[in-house]
Amino acid sequence: MADSHEVQRRDFVNIVLVGIGSVIGLIIGIPAIAYLISPAVKVQEKEAWIPLGPLDGYPLDSPVLFSYTRSKINGWEKTVNSYGAYIWRYGEGDSELRVYSNMCTHLSCRVTWKDETNIYFCPCHDGRFNKEGEVVAGPPPRPLYEYEHKVDEGILFIKHMEA
Amino acid sequence: MTTKVITWLDQRLGLTAIYNLVLDRKVPKVNWWFTFGSASLFLFVLQGVTGVFLAVYYVPDPVKAYDSVQFIMNGVAFGWLIRGIHHWGATLMVIFVFVHMLRTFFMGAYKFPREITWLTGVVLLLATLGMGFTGYLLPWNQRAYWATTVGTEIAGTAPLIGDFILRILRGGADLSAVTLARFFAVHIWFLPAVIIALIGVHMYLIIRLGISSVPTDDEQ
Repeated sequence: MADSHEVQRRDFVNIVLVGIGSVIGLIIGIPAIAYLISPAVKVQEKEAWIPLGPLDGYPLDSPVLFSYTRSKINGWEKTVNSYGAYIWRYGEGDSELRVYSNMCTHLSCRVTWKDETNIYFCPCHDGRFNKEGEVVAGPPPRPLYEYEHKVDEGILFIKHMEA
Repeated sequence: MTTKVITWLDQRLGLTAIYNLVLDRKVPKVNWWFTFGSASLFLFVLQGVTGVFLAVYYVPDPVKAYDSVQFIMNGVAFGWLIRGIHHWGATLMVIFVFVHMLRTFFMGAYKFPREITWLTGVVLLLATLGMGFTGYLLPWNQRAYWATTVGTEIAGTAPLIGDFILRILRGGADLSAVTLARFFAVHIWFLPAVIIALIGVHMYLIIRLGISSVPTDDEQ
């Protein structure tokens, strides 16, 4: 028998086998796992500045609805979602405006601005919001979502954020 | 520690007995032509594994099939690799199974007592070609569509029952969504089930009878 400190032929073969086996396992395993989880970890662009046209085109004091669509691609499927934003100018200035989402904060029905009562009304469960988007009556838990906005060379932009 | 675990399992599962029976068989002195059976088996397993992975994203519907394949190729990490292996593995498997058949034929290995091994092998060869035929349609591109149009038309030229066979293959008169769905089902369920069952019989017979030796002159 050789000295026990030396690596025996059998041990050497075992070590080499385990080593090569591990490398092969990694070469096969990593692509396999990456293949399965890659759609789950892929981050889609969630923010976008949406142009809403010249600010001058929007009337003073009365909220006006602007509708836009955003498309999303999940694998082989393309879905188009539509969104609505109410633009309310309370002054002439570029920053004197507020933009609210028309999505009710209760259960995502769409609210409508009623000039005669001066409220945003949600038909689903009688939710009501005032001109500042605050809840006046009904079940909505939070005020209407307010868009971040900017005016660039007279064009109004709002920042779209995916939930 | 490892030895203890292995002993514990061996006492209960009889692993050594299986190992001795399956892998430590007595084998005559043979050549490289005798490796095509094992290679075919390996390729079948490879096709099975990559196929299972492809099924994660593939959709057998005329509207979505092509896009889902494009998604596998461009949208999923290593999708190109898995589809590539499945694609080339398929071609290689047809070649290997065929070479395996030729070797068996020319060495007379199909004779007594191995007739049933040969017969199951015949069906396995046909099933492999069936896998190639059904799998070819699934990418749902122009080549797939027209190849299957031609393939089913050829089946349709058989006398008397030709039209009936064509209709059964297509699931109707036209190559349609029904065709794609049934080719998919045959490709991933029917034929693999047949192949697995027959490989079981084939392997059992090889272990039971052993493999034939290379024919020599002095046997005359």
